[in-house]
Amino acid sequence: MHKNPSSSPSRSVYLVTLIDETRREKKTLGKDFSSAMATMLRVFLLLLSLLSLTAPAFSLYEDQVGLADWHQKYIGKVKDAVFHTQKTGRKRVVVSTEENVIASLDLRHGEIFWRHVLGPNDAIDGIDIAMGKYVITLSSEGSILRAWNLPDGQMVWESFLQGPYSSKSSLLVPASLRVDKDNVILAFGKGCIHAISAIHGDTLWKKDLEADSFEIQYMIQASDSDVIHLVGFVGSSQFDSYTIDAKSGELIKHDSAAIPGGYSGQAALVSSNTLVVMDSAGSTVTTISFHDGKVTFNQTPVSTLIEDFVGKAIISASKLEGLFSVKTGTLTLFVRVTVEGKLEVVNKVDYATAVSDLLAISEDRQAFAFVHSRSTDIDLTVKLGADWNHDLLKESVKMDQERGSVKKVFINNYIRTDRSHGFRALIVMEDHSLLLVQQGAIVWSREDALASVIDVKTSELPVEKKGVSVAKVEETLFEWLQGHVLKLKGTLMLASPDDMAAIQALRLKASGKSKMTRDHNGFRKLLIVLTKAGKIFALHTGDGRIIWSRLLNSLRQSATCEAPTGLNLFPWHVPHHHALDENPSVLVVSRCGPSDDALGLLSFVDTYTGKELSSASLDHSVVQVIPLPFMDSTEQRLHLLIDASGQAHLYPKTSDALSIFRPELSNVYWYSVEAETGIIKGYALKEKASDNYSFDTRSIWSIVFPSESEKIIKSSARKSNEVVHTQAKVIADQDAMFKYISKNLLFVATVAPKASGDIGSSTPEESWLIVYLIDTITGRILQRMTHHGAQGPVEAVVSENWVIYHYFNLRAHRYEMSVIEIYDQSRADNKDVWKLILGKHNLTSPVSSYSRPEVMTRSQSYFFTHSVKSIAVTSTAKGITSKQLLIGTVGDQVLALDKRFLDPRRSVNPTQAEKEEGIIPLADSLPIIPQSYVTHALKVEGLRGIETVPAKLESTTLIFAYGVDLFFTRFAPSRTYDSLTEDFSYALLLLTIVALVAAIFITWILSEKKELRDKWR
Amino acid sequence: MYKLFSLKKKVCNSSAQASCTISRQVLQSPRIDGQTEKFVLFSLNRLSPNSRLLLLLNPRISGCAAMSSIARLRPAFLLLLLQFCLSVLSPALAISTGSVDGYTINGRIKIPVAIGALGKISNVKVILNGGQNVTFLRPDGYFSFHNVPAGTHLIEVSATGYFFSPVRVDVSARFPGKVQAALTENRRGLTELVLEPLREEYYYEIREPFSIMSLVKSPMGLMIGFMLVVVFLMPKLMENMDPEEMQRAQEEMRSQGVPSLANFLQPAATARSG
Repeated sequence: MHKNPSSSPSRSVYLVTLIDETRREKKTLGKDFSSAMATMLRVFLLLLSLLSLTAPAFSLYEDQVGLADWHQKYIGKVKDAVFHTQKTGRKRVVVSTEENVIASLDLRHGEIFWRHVLGPNDAIDGIDIAMGKYVITLSSEGSILRAWNLPDGQMVWESFLQGPYSSKSSLLVPASLRVDKDNVILAFGKGCIHAISAIHGDTLWKKDLEADSFEIQYMIQASDSDVIHLVGFVGSSQFDSYTIDAKSGELIKHDSAAIPGGYSGQAALVSSNTLVVMDSAGSTVTTISFHDGKVTFNQTPVSTLIEDFVGKAIISASKLEGLFSVKTGTLTLFVRVTVEGKLEVVNKVDYATAVSDLLAISEDRQAFAFVHSRSTDIDLTVKLGADWNHDLLKESVKMDQERGSVKKVFINNYIRTDRSHGFRALIVMEDHSLLLVQQGAIVWSREDALASVIDVKTSELPVEKKGVSVAKVEETLFEWLQGHVLKLKGTLMLASPDDMAAIQALRLKASGKSKMTRDHNGFRKLLIVLTKAGKIFALHTGDGRIIWSRLLNSLRQSATCEAPTGLNLFPWHVPHHHALDENPSVLVVSRCGPSDDALGLLSFVDTYTGKELSSASLDHSVVQVIPLPFMDSTEQRLHLLIDASGQAHLYPKTSDALSIFRPELSNVYWYSVEAETGIIKGYALKEKASDNYSFDTRSIWSIVFPSESEKIIKSSARKSNEVVHTQAKVIADQDAMFKYISKNLLFVATVAPKASGDIGSSTPEESWLIVYLIDTITGRILQRMTHHGAQGPVEAVVSENWVIYHYFNLRAHRYEMSVIEIYDQSRADNKDVWKLILGKHNLTSPVSSYSRPEVMTRSQSYFFTHSVKSIAVTSTAKGITSKQLLIGTVGDQVLALDKRFLDPRRSVNPTQAEKEEGIIPLADSLPIIPQSYVTHALKVEGLRGIETVPAKLESTTLIFAYGVDLFFTRFAPSRTYDSLTEDFSYALLLLTIVALVAAIFITWILSEKKELRDKWR
Repeated sequence: MYKLFSLKKKVCNSSAQASCTISRQVLQSPRIDGQTEKFVLFSLNRLSPNSRLLLLLNPRISGCAAMSSIARLRPAFLLLLLQFCLSVLSPALAISTGSVDGYTINGRIKIPVAIGALGKISNVKVILNGGQNVTFLRPDGYFSFHNVPAGTHLIEVSATGYFFSPVRVDVSARFPGKVQAALTENRRGLTELVLEPLREEYYYEIREPFSIMSLVKSPMGLMIGFMLVVVFLMPKLMENMDPEEMQRAQEEMRSQGVPSLANFLQPAATARSG
């Protein structure tokens, strides 16, 4: 094992300083103890923790994995699926998803065999299986072709396809086609068609179609021939068909014709020489047949197919034999194309029907399936391709909850014991869940909406009611003792593997961590999670199980709301401790579309039951939501919604809320950061309301960045619910510094416009990074600092009186992290004792943004090894515990880094006093200690955010990291100094007490004897 | 004097190092030449050697002033400067092939294969420029990035259980196909793009095997030890004391009313005997 020599000394220093830390905490904690008993216990514990400080803090033993943390793997909404169900080996389905994941799933249980998360701009366009052993993926708009080994997911080869322009891409893996004994994969991308060897990934031939902006629709292999047809469009009015020899890549034929009526972007292939397209108005179906170099068009208005048709019709792109499906506003029509090109409607089904591709079940028979859902039922119908009247399978499956409409279906067949065909269907629902239906039942389901978390909030669990104890107390004393003896064995490393398993089970049972009630330490909570699918989940922090999940009706696609997207969650109703009969609720803010001026939607959800209490479609847009620190009489939190036109709207819309809000009108300020225009603006409310609950706003300040030299790339503010324990910071020589603590501190980073691209696109001379600290009430710039030769991406976190940001230093070509701390100079005079005695201090004056205190900033920079995806900071209930940074690294791990490594007062040779205070000697880079990864050996693939929530126990913070995976853990930044650890040995304590009592008796007897002897003497 | 200040200001502005804010503070209080120069040295010393050299080589600093200050600095600086120049000039291996719209970076990752770690290679990711491109390893450990523009890039390797240094890769536009690589952690140049982990990472604490000493050192052990000391050593100490002195001490204690163990147990004893 290699050990970096530079890391070990810093680690030992760390230990020393940590002890100091705990000592200081002992001092500060003294005030908070409620009873003498607790004090004694805690002092004892402090002693204990001081003595047991032999390992670095917050590290984990391998057998403690899973006690306080959980990890869940997801894949995201499935885009495409390929079954692999050969007789030998495990049956599996390979899927690609919208989170750029390629995964192989167990067809029996739905578990992940293997999974790869591709880069964020490496979207998968097509997947298939070649030669029965390689999974082929085409990604990045048809420029990267990769082969993965099917059993273990190892990448076998990677091929880079180049072409003159970007276009749609298409992948075809012909089963029978061989060139020089080599299986061929045909990939179209960037205007070229490539034939790739399936074994090595070498390009066999490449053909540039030499057509500008040819958008491919289908790549077809004519049955049992070596000829490939490519059909597609140029622009919106020209149809092109290419015929290519698959063996040599020679262009055999090229036909082109203008489409009458234009083309809307959807097309369905009906047979190998007939294509059906919808015109740009969405009202006429055009049939294109391309026999023998002749292209013929045949137009049929949709209104002849269906009466009273209005609006736009859509052709769903699926490959069916002689059939295609058209979606009108309310219905899905199956339309047959006759040999002459005439259209006839075969069947009409409900609008929300998904149709699968054609599946060959035997040599001459092909089947397809269509599925639609009615609230909690799914109707699955499998039909033979040629024969509409005959159903191969028709079944109805019950779901446990409403999952919305069916989005996609993929079918696969198997031979039953009676030689008839059975079908299994993989169904993708509107809530991004994945279901496998077989024999009229759901075999397994996956909740893959959790791969796309947008926002997280926590909710307290209900209080445990008296008399109804959920905890089991049937344990006998013997069992209790036995358990502790086992634990003792474990700590003394005498336990056998069987014992270890028993200990693990015992620990899980004893912790009662998955109970549905509030606990004393505040570890058990509900995580309310809003996902891109418009589904809300409540996860239990104890074990991560889903307590409830709900696809919000207001977040579903409807006629009034085309593309609803969730924005944020806010705690709406938080009942106080004694209101046991009231359930808390959250506010879900969303809008009807991606743009800022889309209309807003509000939804209120009960956090205990998941019921949607009410919802409202707003008549204004939502750009910003400001939770106000006021409650109305029913304990609903007041919120101010800012729309795109600058109006502020008060919610809840009650007169009660209004009467509470009116007196505070003049105290409401907010700001907006417009990154595109480079303007930061501050606003206040006008006194006069424009109508009852809406208020006009006025701009009070603005900061305009010159667009030719600065471009805003990051803005970051303090968490509004952060608690700061003390304003003063005692430094080494019994001196004090006063932190500048303001809730209205905004950090903004700008870079040179030239350097706003990726790393490597600019030189150090033309790039700079400027950071600002701005007071958002007055617009005062507290600090401006320039880093020359630095560029983004910038990640930043603001907390207490400091900001830490991560950026790239082009000169050193390394990442750097800088810290800025702000101190309030106007309070610095308060150190004078005489002034304190005479009352001439300003300690009691409120911290206000109106006053302009003189501030002093200090800063320092350090190198940091990794790229960073996200930075967060631990938060605890009272803010006493020292802070740690949580850094989401590029490797999708979360690293905990003590804030004291980012202290501007670090110097190369700290004085003795500074060392005692806990200042670490300065080093040029920040240490990475593997044991301080809070995710230990796990990865949170596709990491996007880290959320920290304080527990009731001051030492502990709860960490939730989300991306494609979810990870939750409990974390004590300065160890659990206020409670016993889980592996505390009660048996040893008992043993000591017994030994003590025995010793007392022995000494008593001895002393008595001695006394007797003395008396005889 | 002023010249030196302005130089310092320039150094500060161009260095992008936060320590400069401190140097600005000191600038306000004028000092003699020698001391200020020392201060420059001090603030520069706090930077890493690499950035320090870059700083000195920075063309933005007015040439003669910078050079004069260099000349007055320690000879070690010049040595480092020389080293730096040499490292820049050292020939690098050509590992990339030019193409129409970009270059290809080919490399290899070598992980010491331990028993049971065979499945690990499929979970290794290679990341270009902090996530711009992500690629995976072939079974033989090779990877490649295509379509990379000329410039200086950063390659990171994410492999669970191993610590890799990020690699700085220069793709030259003037000499197509020329690639220079250096580890950013220890600034070691690479002759070919073969990346090896700097160290293994073990994410868990290792449990110390059971030993008598750890039991003795534990709080319970200490308590028991202290008790034993009191029980068995104290009487010995008492025996060694002068009997007169002891009597005096006992009387003193009695007069002060400090309860002794014997006193404490007396009632119980009398109750039992009675």
